[in-house]
Amino acid sequence: MRPSVIPGFGLSLGYTLTWLSLIVLIPIIGLFLKAAQVPLDEIVKIATAARTWHALEVSFGSSLIAALVNVVFGVLIAWVLVRYKFPGKRLLDAIVDLPFALPTAVAGIALSALYAKKGWVGSLFTPGGPLNEWIAAQTWLPFGLSSFQFDWKIAYTPSGIVIALIFIGLPFVVRTVQPVLEEFEAELEEAAATLGANRLQTITQVILPRLTPAILTGFALAFARAVGEYGSVIFIAGNIPGVSEIAPLLIVIKLEEFDQAGAAVIAGIMLLIAFAMLLVINLIQAWARRRFGDV
Amino acid sequence: MFEREGAVYDSRRPIAPHQHLRPTTERAWVKVLLISIALIYMLAIVVLPLIQVFFEAFRKGFDTYFASFEDRGAQTAIQLTLTVAAIAVPLNLVFGVAASWAVAKFEFWGKSFLITLIDLPFSVSPVVSGMVYVLLFGAQSALGPWLKANDIEIIFAVPGIVLATVFVTFPFIARELIPLMQAQGNTDEEAAISLGASGWQTFWRVTLPNIKWGLLYGVLLCNARAMGEFGAVSVVSGHIRGQTTTMPLEIEILYNEYNFTGAFAVASLLAMLALLTLVFKSLLEWRYGDELAGTRRH
Amino acid sequence: MKRTANFIARTLAVGGLVASLAVVGAVTVRADDQKLLNVSYDPTRELYQEFNEAFAKYWKDKTGNTVIIEQSHGGSGKQAQSVIDGLSADVVTLALEGDINAIVNKSGLIDENWRSEFPHNSTPYTSTIVFLLRKGNPKGINDWGDLIKDGVEVITPNPKTSGGARWNYLAAWAWADKQYGGDQAKIEEYIKSLYVHVPVLDTAARGSTVTFAQKEIGDVLLAWENEAYLVLEEFGTDNFEIVTPPSSIRAEPPVAIVDKNAEAHGTTELAKAYLEYLYSAEGQAIAAKNHYRPSEPSLVADQALVSAFPEIDLVSIDDPIFGGWKEVQPKHFGDGGIFDKLYAPN
Repeated sequence: MRPSVIPGFGLSLGYTLTWLSLIVLIPIIGLFLKAAQVPLDEIVKIATAARTWHALEVSFGSSLIAALVNVVFGVLIAWVLVRYKFPGKRLLDAIVDLPFALPTAVAGIALSALYAKKGWVGSLFTPGGPLNEWIAAQTWLPFGLSSFQFDWKIAYTPSGIVIALIFIGLPFVVRTVQPVLEEFEAELEEAAATLGANRLQTITQVILPRLTPAILTGFALAFARAVGEYGSVIFIAGNIPGVSEIAPLLIVIKLEEFDQAGAAVIAGIMLLIAFAMLLVINLIQAWARRRFGDV
Repeated sequence: MFEREGAVYDSRRPIAPHQHLRPTTERAWVKVLLISIALIYMLAIVVLPLIQVFFEAFRKGFDTYFASFEDRGAQTAIQLTLTVAAIAVPLNLVFGVAASWAVAKFEFWGKSFLITLIDLPFSVSPVVSGMVYVLLFGAQSALGPWLKANDIEIIFAVPGIVLATVFVTFPFIARELIPLMQAQGNTDEEAAISLGASGWQTFWRVTLPNIKWGLLYGVLLCNARAMGEFGAVSVVSGHIRGQTTTMPLEIEILYNEYNFTGAFAVASLLAMLALLTLVFKSLLEWRYGDELAGTRRH
Repeated sequence: MKRTANFIARTLAVGGLVASLAVVGAVTVRADDQKLLNVSYDPTRELYQEFNEAFAKYWKDKTGNTVIIEQSHGGSGKQAQSVIDGLSADVVTLALEGDINAIVNKSGLIDENWRSEFPHNSTPYTSTIVFLLRKGNPKGINDWGDLIKDGVEVITPNPKTSGGARWNYLAAWAWADKQYGGDQAKIEEYIKSLYVHVPVLDTAARGSTVTFAQKEIGDVLLAWENEAYLVLEEFGTDNFEIVTPPSSIRAEPPVAIVDKNAEAHGTTELAKAYLEYLYSAEGQAIAAKNHYRPSEPSLVADQALVSAFPEIDLVSIDDPIFGGWKEVQPKHFGDGGIFDKLYAPN
């Protein structure tokens, strides 16, 4: 430790470590102790059971899709917020954080009402819905396009899970990309343009690479948050084992089946994954600092 | 800066006059398209769910809406939620200040590991956060019999709900303050100390004024999450109506009782809290943006 | 400097005010009131709401004491697990004998002879499993065999977590057993294809009802009889109708005092009186009114309530094809049991 004239190192660090141990470390160690009581072959059996595997697959698969969708639209929203002027921009900027402040259970019931067959958005994609009727009425369309009909169930299917996870992950991507974009030096783009790059080339070859670390961080944050999400998902998922049953729900079900050890094993797996995710995020940021300076 | 538009020379493709553009911006229709996509996306994903909450809550009129709050279950849920937040947020506030002081003002071995541990609750599934306390304090745990013998109730009572809430909101204030204090550096404090101020004086009179807006900002976010937590609290609550149900749990109960108006009415309170949080947050960012370091990062 | 001090003082003052208000608000129960916690399963919310009021009045008249009855509802298995983990229930009123046995075995809080403590194996009311259908029965579902017709979507909760769902499963099994003359392979084939027709597998009975009635998913809900009637009352008879299949199962949701907890709270007498009151004329009438079949139908003053229950051929869990919960639970619903085998995700 570097000597410092500022006092309070012992007190603040001591308090931090004590509180951290009481609230986070001891309970988590307790979880691993519980999981460790399970014989190893049993742990392997639970971890490799088809149902566990499927639940992890659903959790990670939908989180991945949701995070990717958020990367595309999150970067777009950040871009629009930083680069363009339009009425209502301030409002849009403020409302990006709503998913972060809105309780997940509220989001869950609202999203499931919205994307259900009879909901405002869900009905658009239901056979016989207004959007489909409108398409059918456009007989002037070539190639028989007017006979195309949406038949997309969103709520209570895996699509519903993805929608909920998109909702909760959105602010993370926007808020990590936005500040980097704000501090972006205009000279770089101008130089690229001067050297003969067209706008698309400037964006894909100059701007995007510079944004990569922020995008990766935002992606990882959205992904990490989505993998563990429970509140909003259970209202909108169908909860079918192997199809729309997420890993946190499987833990709850294991608890309800009087199988605490099994729940502890799955929870332990998820904890390790969460820790690994954080490590990856920190590595990305360290790498980005080395390569680009502060992000 | 190059002010001459279209001054770029391209040997392969001569630029037609109508294509003259500032080289660092997009065509107008591209702008409109991108803005439209952003707006539609935000509408479908964020704005409509919010409208839906209020629409469903007021669907049967104002009387039904306000009648929803006369129910004892709803009232005690609101009380409990306020109580839990009133305990959990100050606890995390003190922790956040202590942790950021330690991390930002000093160099020590294992610092980034410590930060990762502080971050951990953010990426742990809420269900796991609740479950760890059941395993630790439940009747079947090692501590269980002792707690029971001494008549201490933790799980399925208010202390358990507070613990789960503290866990879930653990990183918020610390994560807001650490980058802020790091950015401000140690010079102000060092000056104060060298002029003879004590440690506490320095903290109250130098550091705190510097970080107060960041602190308030962290408290806002922490509070919003504390009041809205569902998964973790659900595991430790026991769902005793009128005793251990917080507002999010009350929403679930009302929903399961086919009282959808009541569920959305309670939900609308939480949604208003979220909106208020956003308003304060935007005000802080707008007014004190320079004094908030981590504003754009959660 | 001064401004900052003010700011802090104000913040602390507001914080203190909120905290003290909350504490004052939390302490509203008078000291001499007695409290009783009934931990129950999902569909009994309305039953116990009515029954608790009646019992509190009865108790006040009889002893002069005010009793506050707290309720906790959820999936039967989850509720039992919570009691095992320390949820301090005085009485449990669950969906399955097996769930109460789990409390007995894992925590010892309940005396193992609990079934003989109250009449009818500690079952004050029974129920059965019926079909709730969309109005007009568009898919023509009248018996268990119709559930696996092409294009039929069946809503039932997960038998691993929901008590009602286990009764659904067993009722279907009993029908198939009779239909296929006990041919194990054919019965399993039927059950397997039944669950292929399930688009949403909720964790508790109430979740399934919401899925079917509110979210409008599926063609038929396998439901507790009382739950099906409740839907007609809540959502109106214009949208739904009940079909009682020719045969079903007698579902026996039992009740028990959580002895150790009641002793600790000093509520043993109260808990006993509370559960006994379920067997009284008024308790039985409230059960019948909430569409539970009373165990002592002759006590119900308004016999119209009793005769409203349709006649149905009921199989019991203690019949030879099942051999009681102690046999059924591990065989069908245990880890690696028949349900797990049939429901392996494809």
